[in-house]
Amino acid sequence: MILETTLDDRPEGSDGADQMGHFVTGELDLSHGVALYLEDITVSFDGFKALNNLNLAIDAGELRCIIGPNGAGKTTMMDVITGKTRPDSGKAYFGQTIDLTRLTEPEIAHVGIGRKFQKPTIFEQHTVFENLELAMKTDKRVWKSLLAWLAGDERDKIAETLRLIRLDKEADRQAGLLSHGQKQWLEIGMLLMQEPKLLLLDEPVAGMTDDETMRTAELFVSLAGKHSLVVVEHDMAFVEKLGGLVTVLHEGSVLAEGDLATVQNDQRVIEVYLGR
Amino acid sequence: MRKPLTLRILSALDTKSWIALGIFLALALLVVPVLHLNFPEDSAFHVSTYAITLIGKIMCYALVAVAMDLIWGYGGILSLGHGLFFALGGYAFGMYLMRQIGRDGSYGADLPDFMVFLDWKELPWFWLGSDSFGWASFLVLAVPAVVAFVFGYFAFRSRIKGVYFSIITQALTYAAMLLFFRNETGFGGNNGFTDFKRVLGVTITSPETRLVLFGLTAVMLAATLVFAAWLVKSKFGRVLTAIRDAESRVMFIGYNPLWYKLTIWVISAVLCGIAGALYVPQVGIINPSEMSPGNSIEIAIWVAVGGRGTLIGPIIGAFVVNLAKSWFTVSFPEYWLFFLGLLFIVVTLLLPQGLVGLWKKLMAKKEGAAA
Repeated sequence: MILETTLDDRPEGSDGADQMGHFVTGELDLSHGVALYLEDITVSFDGFKALNNLNLAIDAGELRCIIGPNGAGKTTMMDVITGKTRPDSGKAYFGQTIDLTRLTEPEIAHVGIGRKFQKPTIFEQHTVFENLELAMKTDKRVWKSLLAWLAGDERDKIAETLRLIRLDKEADRQAGLLSHGQKQWLEIGMLLMQEPKLLLLDEPVAGMTDDETMRTAELFVSLAGKHSLVVVEHDMAFVEKLGGLVTVLHEGSVLAEGDLATVQNDQRVIEVYLGR
Repeated sequence: MRKPLTLRILSALDTKSWIALGIFLALALLVVPVLHLNFPEDSAFHVSTYAITLIGKIMCYALVAVAMDLIWGYGGILSLGHGLFFALGGYAFGMYLMRQIGRDGSYGADLPDFMVFLDWKELPWFWLGSDSFGWASFLVLAVPAVVAFVFGYFAFRSRIKGVYFSIITQALTYAAMLLFFRNETGFGGNNGFTDFKRVLGVTITSPETRLVLFGLTAVMLAATLVFAAWLVKSKFGRVLTAIRDAESRVMFIGYNPLWYKLTIWVISAVLCGIAGALYVPQVGIINPSEMSPGNSIEIAIWVAVGGRGTLIGPIIGAFVVNLAKSWFTVSFPEYWLFFLGLLFIVVTLLLPQGLVGLWKKLMAKKEGAAA
């Protein structure tokens, strides 16, 4: 519900559909409080069902953790949401109106879904500053990029994000030279520059020190409310710190859902994790 | 504050580079003409016709190398078919040069000689307007652009990448070569176009015409360099290198790589077409062998030798390799291809950044030693 107010303060004419010009994308409508809605999603690769009638609903402003053993379908689910993989059947809606199964990856980015990969994916040859500049929410068509020139408020926005991800001293450093944890943070910063409504974060704290992990948890908790977050993570201490609902995936569908304590005491979850 | 575009173009190069560019243009537009026209052939200061043609030709190659670097060095897309766009530009302008021959051909007919030889009675439809300089110049730009756009659109939309893309471009130029070899295609078959007499009504082999063509090529090369420097320093250039390094990330932050790749691909093809159009009147011949796969591979070698991802590198590479080639093909013609292969292996294994990278390394070492 908090989202409704933040939606309206987007500057006029800056909605996704307008920026893409030639793309046809709907308006994001979160009026019913649901940000992401997956229904009966099935994806199979050569007969193997990576996702099997998966149902999932993420509320606007919610912070949701997804856990599950390897091969449970976590990454495939993110691929479906971001348009990388098309489901064989099922529905995937962003808000009330946007059918994700019909959009391409850049279009999905424009309607407000940002994704962090399992392995930090940043532009290693560019500086930290340039990484954020490229990610910034703006008109991303070719001719706009040809004539683009950073305005003062855009620089401020980059500076603000640099401080938030604690890389302000590394702004002019080549991104490839950052530590693993810093790269993770830079990628999170790039996501924030996109001003997405929904953030998909695949193992965001892998390779981080305990201190960095805790700071990341604080950051995510502070982002919830304004954004919806879906975090895939194996680190239970991190999941606990995030609070919120936990969804357990197993063999491509939802096995259990609830707060962490409930889920951890669920007999089926224990079986899946410990083996029968 | 938004900087006006002219200022941004000015800041594309640093002061040193602008001075170097100025010196280059002064040499090409003033010094060479004066030395060529005012000194007798036996004088030590005389610049021979041979030298002017050779350097003019290599400047055309350098232009192609810069175009190749934009797509390969910055875009990460290795084209092994750039010879096609070069040849298309050359053929488009060559049609005009053929028409300028008028009735001075061996058959004294209105039609170009090869058409008379084939017993054709009138010009094929696609030769219409080829007697107009303006139309020919338009075709020089438009034909490579359209071919590149159509091919690029389908290739990039299908997300064809890496070595698959390179192989398809090889096949494309090879197929075009076979097409142009046929007499029925209407471009002179395997002889192509030659025996040009005039351009814009003036004798094409006169020293003045040569110098004008030479100067034009130099200006075009310099302008391309400035344009390319502006392009790669713009946000467009940064998106392009980002696509090269992590395409999926670029897509997930909302850029559609298709249009970025297609833009640089078409720009690159058009630059090659211009180079081809400048090449043909200077060298005096264009035939399908320009489209042979080997020629296109050579273009990639110039860029690799000079250093891809730097704009001056490809120019240096084009000059070094082609000067070596013209020396080799005179002194040891049978060894040239071996040398070229060896050069490619050495550069790939030992100098991944090419000559420019080697130079930078040496300078860094020198600085390190001084410090």
